[in-house]
Amino acid sequence: MSILGNRVLRKEDPKFLTVGGSYVDDLKLEGAAHVTYVRSTMAHARILSIDVDEARSAPGVLAVLTAADIDLAPIAPNGMMNSAMVQQWLASDITRFVGEAVAIVITEERYQGTDAAELVFVDYEPLPVLIDQEAAVGSEVQLFPEAGTNVSMKIDFGEDPDFFAGCDVVVRQRIVNQRVAPCPLEVRAAACRWSDDGRVTQWASTQGAHSVKGDIAKYLGIEPEDIRVIAGPDVGGGFGAKIGVYTEELLLPWLSKRVGRPLKWVETRSESMVNLGHGRGQVQHAEIGGTRDGRVLAYRLDVVQDGGAYPKMGSILPFMTRTMLGGVYDIPKMEFHSRSVVTNTTPTVAYRGAGRPEATAAIERAMDLYAAEIGMDPVEVRRKNLIAKDAFPFTTPVGTTYDIGDYDRALDLVLEAAGYTDLRAEQQRRRESGDRRLLGIGLSVYVEITAGPGSPREFGAVEVKPDGKVIVRTGSSSHGQGHATAFSMLVADRLGVELDDVEVIHGDTDIVPRGQGTMGSRSLQAGGTAIVRAADQVVNMAKSVAADLLEASAEDIVFDPADRQFHVAGTPAVAKTWDEVATVAHQGEGLAAEIDYKGAGATFPFGAHLVVVEVDRDTGKVEVKRIVAVDDAGRILNPLLADGQVHGGLAQGVAQALLEEVLYDEDGNPVTSNLADYAFISAAELPSFERTQMETPTPLNDLGAKGIGESGTIGSTPAVHNAVIDAVAHLGVRHIDMPCTAEKVWRAIGDATT
Amino acid sequence: MTVNGSQQEHEVEPRLLLVHYIREVVGLTGTNIGCDTSSCGACTVHIDGESVKSCTVLAVQADGSSIKTIEGLADPDGTMHPMQEAFRENHGLQCGYCTPGMVMAAVSLLEEQPHPTEAEVREGLEGNLCRCTGYHNIVKAVLAAAGSAAPSGGAS
Repeated sequence: MSILGNRVLRKEDPKFLTVGGSYVDDLKLEGAAHVTYVRSTMAHARILSIDVDEARSAPGVLAVLTAADIDLAPIAPNGMMNSAMVQQWLASDITRFVGEAVAIVITEERYQGTDAAELVFVDYEPLPVLIDQEAAVGSEVQLFPEAGTNVSMKIDFGEDPDFFAGCDVVVRQRIVNQRVAPCPLEVRAAACRWSDDGRVTQWASTQGAHSVKGDIAKYLGIEPEDIRVIAGPDVGGGFGAKIGVYTEELLLPWLSKRVGRPLKWVETRSESMVNLGHGRGQVQHAEIGGTRDGRVLAYRLDVVQDGGAYPKMGSILPFMTRTMLGGVYDIPKMEFHSRSVVTNTTPTVAYRGAGRPEATAAIERAMDLYAAEIGMDPVEVRRKNLIAKDAFPFTTPVGTTYDIGDYDRALDLVLEAAGYTDLRAEQQRRRESGDRRLLGIGLSVYVEITAGPGSPREFGAVEVKPDGKVIVRTGSSSHGQGHATAFSMLVADRLGVELDDVEVIHGDTDIVPRGQGTMGSRSLQAGGTAIVRAADQVVNMAKSVAADLLEASAEDIVFDPADRQFHVAGTPAVAKTWDEVATVAHQGEGLAAEIDYKGAGATFPFGAHLVVVEVDRDTGKVEVKRIVAVDDAGRILNPLLADGQVHGGLAQGVAQALLEEVLYDEDGNPVTSNLADYAFISAAELPSFERTQMETPTPLNDLGAKGIGESGTIGSTPAVHNAVIDAVAHLGVRHIDMPCTAEKVWRAIGDATT
Repeated sequence: MTVNGSQQEHEVEPRLLLVHYIREVVGLTGTNIGCDTSSCGACTVHIDGESVKSCTVLAVQADGSSIKTIEGLADPDGTMHPMQEAFRENHGLQCGYCTPGMVMAAVSLLEEQPHPTEAEVREGLEGNLCRCTGYHNIVKAVLAAAGSAAPSGGAS
């Protein structure tokens, strides 16, 4: 029987549980000096001078550098962006956000770096500060006057003056999808060492070692064959924010050469909160039109995306929002406009879901607003508009083709699991009895995009060693997902080996020649498919050998992974064992295969989440009572890992809906710049989760698998959000922006009832 | 002081944090650092049997005490502590970064409250942050280690 689909415990865990992982800061790098960045305390200012004399003479200081010391070409933005929005390695004449690096201190020891950094004196001349992203669109204050605009990227899809023709009602709402901090428990860290042969090794806390290697080659002018990048060896979470390569880590090989020492750089959490890229940050104007009987006819979304001071991946994310604009609904007309802008804040990047949670939040709020407007139950409105099961593959008006889905079934299952009718009755009972604990029921039906956009690609290799052990190499890269377990299962299934006989190697560019890394919920479907194809190729190689031994044609050879024997079809009694075949194979070409997989396209997981909250009528405090999640990510390889992925996503969804928000004051000072001030969600603010897994295999890959890393966040955020508003809707509240803190809810109740 | 039963004697700077002492002087890197405001609990260790965030203590303050870190939790023969076993069985960890601190805090929690309710586990671990698991399986693991019922929430 196949191991696939079974709840298999992780191979990774014993190490993490007994001695801890091996993160970058754990490396014992002989002779390593410490790098400390001196950071801007001003959000927007001209740098008049930087006095480093005192710092240079502080104890343990090896070097102090400013922009004037760096002779490297600056970092140009992605090609989709306004090309004038260039980032210097260190702020030179202008600093554009609090936290931007302005100088570097290299010291013998860690504490000396902190001390010396305080002795770097920067003379700033304040410039007008731009924090409000909507104001940034047309503001006279410009971060890059040479660009002539604060808009880094625009998307305009559709322009129909009669867009809402035929609609009985049109509902409009401004919706804030607030800026949040990804907060992996491990902050950014990197280390670097040159060896005598002229090669450099860089250890980095990253989601993709190969992109670090590519950027080091590109920006520092080092030949790729002279660069080895190791992700980790272990990486303490990423959530999208460690996809991109940051200047602070990228500069290490250059600095290391300059001071002639191995280097280590580990930021503090307070640095991380203002330098690790932030997520979300969209202000949306949603407009939804339809008939009085619940048929949605037209949906338009206008987005202003806050890109922060330098346009990074966050500025591109409206493209993903556009790509799944209408969510699970069959809406005949859709229109999308976005403006990504620069502001005097930390740059935004991908964060769990990356543009898709924003799309889901908008359409799911819009559906509830429309339902409220026409006086229909939110379930009924959704039912009337869901894309039908037999419509797949389904191409939406924005040109996205969803592979396969059964949205009605997901909705049915979540309503049944939650006991929807009883919940509504209880809500009504409480309202009528004047109970101060108001019950809210929130729903979202979601679809999302994994391993997209475009075609998923990944490198995978399988090699059977003479001692029977199997080495798997993958370009995908774990930062908590459980690759070693998942990929061992795939190989065990194909080759009939024990899980412990499989070693999975990832995140080392000297051992794995190519790779995309882990992002966009792509590892199983892209990396996993590459590995099963490599494993199948290995089996075919073994079959050829077995064919010679059995004096038959290779096509007639059958391999049964359960008993690890080869025989000619129809004559199982005459068989060769795997070991016999492998021994012969290793006298010849061996048993090894490499695959560069390119998939047909992105896949579209879906599901329905229902959340029950209690809102205190007097204080506005929200308590999440239940989270019921139905998720379909195609065929599930290991339900243990799938559960874990969804659980984490659900928590981050609740966090955004209720608690977390990155805030700046009007001068651009971050006011949530450490974990004491930022409302990072804890165990005490969450219930246990109720999950139902659906499995609708995708036809787009060999495993039938879609990604499940981000659906928890995508589905749950609007469900929690809708639940809070549902709890107070009868008081006249129509909308509350996230995060739905006690104060905001209390104010909304007050505004509606006085 | 002793760390995991082994005697340690070093001259250190007065300002050296215990967590840096454990990691960089003693060389035990299982204990992690996740913040700089004593908020995350990744650095939780036991000092004389009580769980403490080792970033809030100076190494010199721990002079003479007995420290236990994640490396000292399993039996010397390698048999995992029931809490470590429960975390593994219940998939209470993903990236592993919060795990040593979380496990040490959980062990301490059960010493104070051998049979906690789910709510008590959640309250008890409020000072230990995890970004990967959504806490569901951590809570389940702690309840399992306590021999209590699983959380009310559904599937696995």
